[in-house]
Amino acid sequence: METIIQAVELMFSWPVLVALLIGSIGGVVIGAIPGVGPAVAIAILLPATFSMEPLVGLTLLLGIYGSSMYGGSLPAILINTPGTAVNALTTYDGYPMTKRGEALRALGLAYGASFFGAVLSILILILLSPVLAKVAPMFGSREIFLAALLGIILVIIAHKGQMAAAGMLAGLGILLQSVGMEPVNYTMRYTFGLDWLTSGLDLIVVVLGLFALSQAFQLIVEPDSAPDAQPVSGSMFRAMCEIWKYRRTAATGGGFGVLMGIIPGVGEFTAQFLSYTAARKRSKTPEMFGRGSPEGLVASESANNAVPAAAMIPLLALGIPGEALTAMMLSVFYVHNVVPGPGLFQNQLDFVYALYLSLLLLNVIVILWMVVSSNLLIRIIRIPTRFLGMAILVLSFVGVYSLRNSAMDCMIAAGFGVFGLILKRLNLPTVPIILGMVLGGIMEVKLRASMGRIDSLLDLVNRPIAALLVLAIIVIVAQSIRTSIRDLRARHEESNKPHQNKA
Amino acid sequence: MQRVLNFLALFRRERKPGDLIFGAGFLVLALACLVAVPWQAQFLGKKSLVEEPGFWPTVGVVMMVVFGAIHFVCTWNAPRLPGRLKEVIVWARSLEFVVWFIVYVTAVPVIGYLPATLLFALLLTFRAGYRSLQMLGAAAGLALVTVLVFKTGLGVKLPAGAVYQYLPDGIRSFVMVNF
Repeated sequence: METIIQAVELMFSWPVLVALLIGSIGGVVIGAIPGVGPAVAIAILLPATFSMEPLVGLTLLLGIYGSSMYGGSLPAILINTPGTAVNALTTYDGYPMTKRGEALRALGLAYGASFFGAVLSILILILLSPVLAKVAPMFGSREIFLAALLGIILVIIAHKGQMAAAGMLAGLGILLQSVGMEPVNYTMRYTFGLDWLTSGLDLIVVVLGLFALSQAFQLIVEPDSAPDAQPVSGSMFRAMCEIWKYRRTAATGGGFGVLMGIIPGVGEFTAQFLSYTAARKRSKTPEMFGRGSPEGLVASESANNAVPAAAMIPLLALGIPGEALTAMMLSVFYVHNVVPGPGLFQNQLDFVYALYLSLLLLNVIVILWMVVSSNLLIRIIRIPTRFLGMAILVLSFVGVYSLRNSAMDCMIAAGFGVFGLILKRLNLPTVPIILGMVLGGIMEVKLRASMGRIDSLLDLVNRPIAALLVLAIIVIVAQSIRTSIRDLRARHEESNKPHQNKA
Repeated sequence: MQRVLNFLALFRRERKPGDLIFGAGFLVLALACLVAVPWQAQFLGKKSLVEEPGFWPTVGVVMMVVFGAIHFVCTWNAPRLPGRLKEVIVWARSLEFVVWFIVYVTAVPVIGYLPATLLFALLLTFRAGYRSLQMLGAAAGLALVTVLVFKTGLGVKLPAGAVYQYLPDGIRSFVMVNF
């Protein structure tokens, strides 16, 4: 109880509250603009947060992360264009509802479901904290190494249909993190004799290039468009209250969101997919899914909004980010010498609780903001896309240049911007590069640290958590191979059918 | 042979225009990195392989080569969609904006953050095809707000323009600190 009171004191300081307000409202606005998204905003703001107190900086970024999906559902429902990538499933049922003249109902349900999923996730997080505080110290160097390895494997496996691409890009990330002077033996790695590579490639420079600059280039080179959306009228609050009718669907969605958020490398897409599939199976009107089903809308929105809070679990408890946004937040911890991991729960539990409470408060701020601001946000959706591209370029400069006042960093970021543009246009994932960089670094440090107590491979699994992690890796890889082979056989049978029919 | 094809089918994906060029380019890069392992990633003869400085870069490079080769072969096998050249031209067009960005980066320490941002925003808005006063005004407003928020408000570390040295004594330091 004393810890919670200390956390409340930490949270109710002016800088934290202002950061929370700016982050949550800014996140909604950013999420509502198709083509920007939280990754771009967080990448740009990241260096600016380095001069803030850790809780203030993290609250600002968390605000953007946690609220952007609320905003992203607005264009998904009104103009069939998801504001953020994870709102894509919302278009399936949200837009048909708008076409039926139920735009207000769809928006209300989406906001209500988002709030329901997010709050459920935060409450689970708070309840789990005492357990995490007990389990986290059981993670030594080798366990964290294995958890990071599991993260890399999951990132590759989660990109179904693109596993080879995800694998090669994760490999590129591991290589990129190793570039520069190696800190133990002081040997150069992949510097090719170039002085500017000696200090290595900064994660934030790569992130800004891959997320922000690539998005700016993409918006500028593609034809201009200014989406049109009609204002909605009626009581948004009453529309939101309808979520109570679909509380079981929302609770299931939230549950999937929590589960998928905890597992590194999986995230919102899988959570939504599982939630949507489960809701359709249980529905009395499954034929309405994809044609304007309120249950479908609730299932996808509750699942994706439950992920941000749950994604904080591996980050805070083990220092292992599960996806790109938490990977960016990890650098805020490092800059302030706050080391996320087992020690955080033992020594700074008030800080952890303050983060949870901030998450809770941000959802309250956002839901209140959404009640009054939907028609205002519709105006923001109408910003022409090439103008947005220009704006992102202007803002990206601050992010990259302010890191080290280095023009070379800007050139490197621009190079990664072009690379990111190519990946986006080819529909290839960028996240494995970032996770490869972050998790590759963690794996290198932790495996080296654990080598003192490891003589053979068996020593790697002689502790219960380590053994469990190795078992999880084996089961996941085996299951993935089994599923792939089953899909392959199904495809073969499918392709053989026409021949049999012809015969 | 059938087994190999079956294995590759596990990684089958829908091909997009330009995919093959990217796949080939990435594989060439991965192979070049693999060839460079002996002199870019040193192995010092330590007791344990994982403690070698060259271990982790080699892991990354091997992943790039193995998965890159699979990606390339799968892309090669997938049905081709027309439009490869058109796609590559789009990639190349982005280089123009890389140049814009680099010029902006170079201009900031010379003419100062506020003038460089104003010029960059206005010229790029014009280049993007917007001619109306409303859009140009919005660009100027965005530039001004960006500078006021980041440099003046948050005090983000950005260099003062060299030309600010020639400003009158009374306002020089104020402009250097805030704009």
